[in-house]
Amino acid sequence: MSILNKVGKYLAKNNVTVLFVILCLLAYHYSTFTLPTLFEELFIRIGRNTFLVLSLLIPIIAGLGLNFGIVIGAIAAQIAIFVVVLFGGSGFTGILWAVAICTPLAVFFGYLVGSLFNKMKGTEMIGGLVAGFFSDGIYQFIFLFMLGGVIVVNAPDLMIATGVGVRNIINLDGNLRQAIDNMPMINIIDAAFYAITAICAILIIFRLAKKRDLQIKKLLKAFLPVAILWAASWIPAVGAFMSAPRLLLLYAIEFGVAGAVIYQLWKIFASKVLDKNPELPKMRLVYMGVAGGVYAITFIPAMYEALSMVNLPVLTYLIIAALYMFIPWFMNTKLGQDMRTVGQDRAVATSSGINVNKVRIIAMIMSTVLASYGQIISLQNIGTVATYGSHIAVGLYSIAALLVGGASVQRATTKQAVLGIVLFHTMFILSANAGAQLLGNAQIGEFFRVFAAYGVIAVALAMHAWSRRKGGQTLGLPAATVVVPAKPPESGSK
Amino acid sequence: MSEEFVLELENISKEYSGNPVLKNVSLSVKPGEIYALIGENGAGKSTLMNILFGMSVIHETGGFTGKVKIGGQEAKFTSPADAMLAGIGMVHQEFMLIPGFTIVENIKVGREETLPTIASRVFGKSLERLDTERMAADARKALDAIGMDINEFTRVAGLPVGYMQFVEIAREIDKENLKLLVFDEPTAVLTESEAEQLLSVMQSLSDKGIAIIFITHRLSEVMAVARRMTVLRDGEVVASKPIAQTDVVEIAELMVGRRIEKLVDDESRSVAPDENAEIAVKVRDLFVDMPGEMVKGVDLDIRKGEIFGIGGLAGQGKVGIPNGIMGMSPASGTVEVFGEKVTFSKLGDALSKGVSFVSEDRRGVGLLIGESIAHNIIFNTMTVKGGFLGLGKIISHHQVRAHAQSMIELLDIRCVGGSQRVGSLSGGNQQKVCLAAALTLKPRLLIVSEPTRGIDIGAKKLIMEYLTKLRNEEGLTIIMVSSELAELRSVCDRIAIVSEGKVSSILPPEAPDADFGLAMSAVGSKEVE
Repeated sequence: MSILNKVGKYLAKNNVTVLFVILCLLAYHYSTFTLPTLFEELFIRIGRNTFLVLSLLIPIIAGLGLNFGIVIGAIAAQIAIFVVVLFGGSGFTGILWAVAICTPLAVFFGYLVGSLFNKMKGTEMIGGLVAGFFSDGIYQFIFLFMLGGVIVVNAPDLMIATGVGVRNIINLDGNLRQAIDNMPMINIIDAAFYAITAICAILIIFRLAKKRDLQIKKLLKAFLPVAILWAASWIPAVGAFMSAPRLLLLYAIEFGVAGAVIYQLWKIFASKVLDKNPELPKMRLVYMGVAGGVYAITFIPAMYEALSMVNLPVLTYLIIAALYMFIPWFMNTKLGQDMRTVGQDRAVATSSGINVNKVRIIAMIMSTVLASYGQIISLQNIGTVATYGSHIAVGLYSIAALLVGGASVQRATTKQAVLGIVLFHTMFILSANAGAQLLGNAQIGEFFRVFAAYGVIAVALAMHAWSRRKGGQTLGLPAATVVVPAKPPESGSK
Repeated sequence: MSEEFVLELENISKEYSGNPVLKNVSLSVKPGEIYALIGENGAGKSTLMNILFGMSVIHETGGFTGKVKIGGQEAKFTSPADAMLAGIGMVHQEFMLIPGFTIVENIKVGREETLPTIASRVFGKSLERLDTERMAADARKALDAIGMDINEFTRVAGLPVGYMQFVEIAREIDKENLKLLVFDEPTAVLTESEAEQLLSVMQSLSDKGIAIIFITHRLSEVMAVARRMTVLRDGEVVASKPIAQTDVVEIAELMVGRRIEKLVDDESRSVAPDENAEIAVKVRDLFVDMPGEMVKGVDLDIRKGEIFGIGGLAGQGKVGIPNGIMGMSPASGTVEVFGEKVTFSKLGDALSKGVSFVSEDRRGVGLLIGESIAHNIIFNTMTVKGGFLGLGKIISHHQVRAHAQSMIELLDIRCVGGSQRVGSLSGGNQQKVCLAAALTLKPRLLIVSEPTRGIDIGAKKLIMEYLTKLRNEEGLTIIMVSSELAELRSVCDRIAIVSEGKVSSILPPEAPDADFGLAMSAVGSKEVE
């Protein structure tokens, strides 16, 4: 009874996610998709969208709700891409130029939106939505009229035949298309090696100059793994493997499993032999067991087939992983803690000397800048920019994905974001096909897709509201059980 | 002369849109002194403290005249943060804690300990990493200093109110340069034992040289700990003297400006129903799942026309009983009101069976804080009984106005008129509005929970007298839940003491103190271990 009860409570708490798991399974059942094709499509979309969804987290933590304003970040990215294409930038350098151009733009836009939100506390979500529409208007004015109309642009490929206004498709073929995705591993490792060497050198010089402790051991810990990888890349076979632009998902899993096992073995070795810790490292064994289990799954024929179909864009996934790790790290800094405080209670934050408005603006700037990077990642993967359309649905789809993962207006974690992206895009990929199969009409399948996106937001918000109302009374913490009663202080007792 | 005082307020005057709320108020506090600031609700205490802390309300309404001096130097605070830097702290009446944070995070809020990181060297201090260990150690030290034995990583959400109060104190004393600490009605939400503990904490802080301004309604506490006091009435200082030269009766007189008698005359007691009277409320095996106030199996028989008290320590479940009966918290068991069974799961069922409830949570449950006094008074009656509705179920404003006016006069609600927003009233007057709303339902049974929380003696006496009058003249049955035992003993016919979610005993008000003490501390012996 009590276990059933617990399971029931858990399911009720995660009702939105549970609903979408069920919907995904149903859609998969009715669609004609096979696992390999689904995986292939899914991992493309994960690479494309995850960064954008992660950019939503910081405003939620800072109490600004779901940031519909990331549309404005996407606009900054599209302006930057237009400029880069116009001046003939290409390849990874072109991407770096795009980043360099869109960062100041996004900071500025983020500042404006943040200032706007500070004047409309409590209604930021509506504000963000409308600000998105408004900025879209200005964007269209500039791209449809100002460019060519007022500012002379001499680029027939980019402009409408009349010379006024930008074409509604900017083709990235041959310049920025998949410039991040196709970065070979060997280049990444080279860059990482040079970077870590430079950083270590700078730190050593800095510490020598300031006569601080060198902390060589700590530096070596960071330097050695990279150096070993770099050295290995000189082995011809390894080098050839690493020169490929993509990494097979199957290999990625195998490397991950091998890495995890080696790491755990090293830790066990360190604790047993070096620190002479008599305790059996149970958790480490469990981790190794889990890694073994994951490895075993790859031997299931269907999974093997699916995993060997998917080619991961390495750098894209590394960038996403970096952001995924950055957010929890950031939340553990002073500024991150200030954001959490502001998000929880503005009055308390003010009275403890936190500049609430400033913190909220910083959160908005970070979110807008991250969203603009996310849009660059997304567009270089797609390979074409729909000048007047790419940014429109960005906010909507990202927010839908986040909500599916179980996040709410007040609370969101990186894990929820990733889970949400997987579920939402599975649904998104399958729903059109499943709808067409069920109703025998391809057009209706497309409606399913739109329904999935908008429906998600409505259903998720309604279900969160519902579980909050219910949870407010029954899921409250039984305070007395965790609390140890207070004792009177020694000095005052009679 | 000036170095002798931590804080001097000189000739402070303040008016809100033409209405003077403070007139030439001066006071000075010495280091390590417990200084009582006494006054009825609306006497200007809160405004004075807002000025001291440089709250934005003050600047937005035209500032003030007079001088605030800290350690002999004139201070001009423009925000609470400035006051904090100058070493002034406050323990608030409405808790300024973040429920989702742990105790450590709450104690250290805004003043987190950090360690430098590579990122912080490049991008500035705000990217320094939190030093959780040092924060926890500091928090532990502050908690130990006030004798709190709680795990510092416990979340504040769901802590009993008494604990929250102590967490606030811990947060303030963790501030290194703390010179002056303001306690705003700190004992209003505490049980008697917690209040005692708080007073001894104040004493030990004062021994360490921290000056304390103690704002309270409880005069016995003033007598117990304070060294000097100032009484404010209608924005003016009516008296300022050492405690040794005065007594409770005098302070109470100064504060209210009229003589205070016992809350209720003894004669009313004779009206109490005898043992054979009809049973009005029959409670059997009541369990209520209210966080922090769990009820675990309560049986009660309450007679018709009785004023029945429910007392006990905070967190023991006394507040859970009315909330369960009214359907505010999930409950099981049976409750019969005048023979009719109440269905807990049906919200409002108790209301429709003639039970009115004045909640302990005035702002949250009791009132529609943004609505007018009149609307608040008639709202329940309108929704439950369809009262005050005219043709076509449209509110009859004429009836509403007339009724609100009569209630305002009856209960002496100090306001501009029935259309004033309830949120702008003082606590005592808000409580009177709650009572008026409950009475408008014309109940057969009235349940009042913590009726005197945070309100002054004048209002308290009026409410108590009125409740007794209702019983005497109209035979209303009243259940009164309160943390203040003295209050229960002064008006109730019988008092049930709740402990660990159960009724430990039912006592007559004249029972000896020891009996009450024992009944309350049925769990006390276990807690000490």
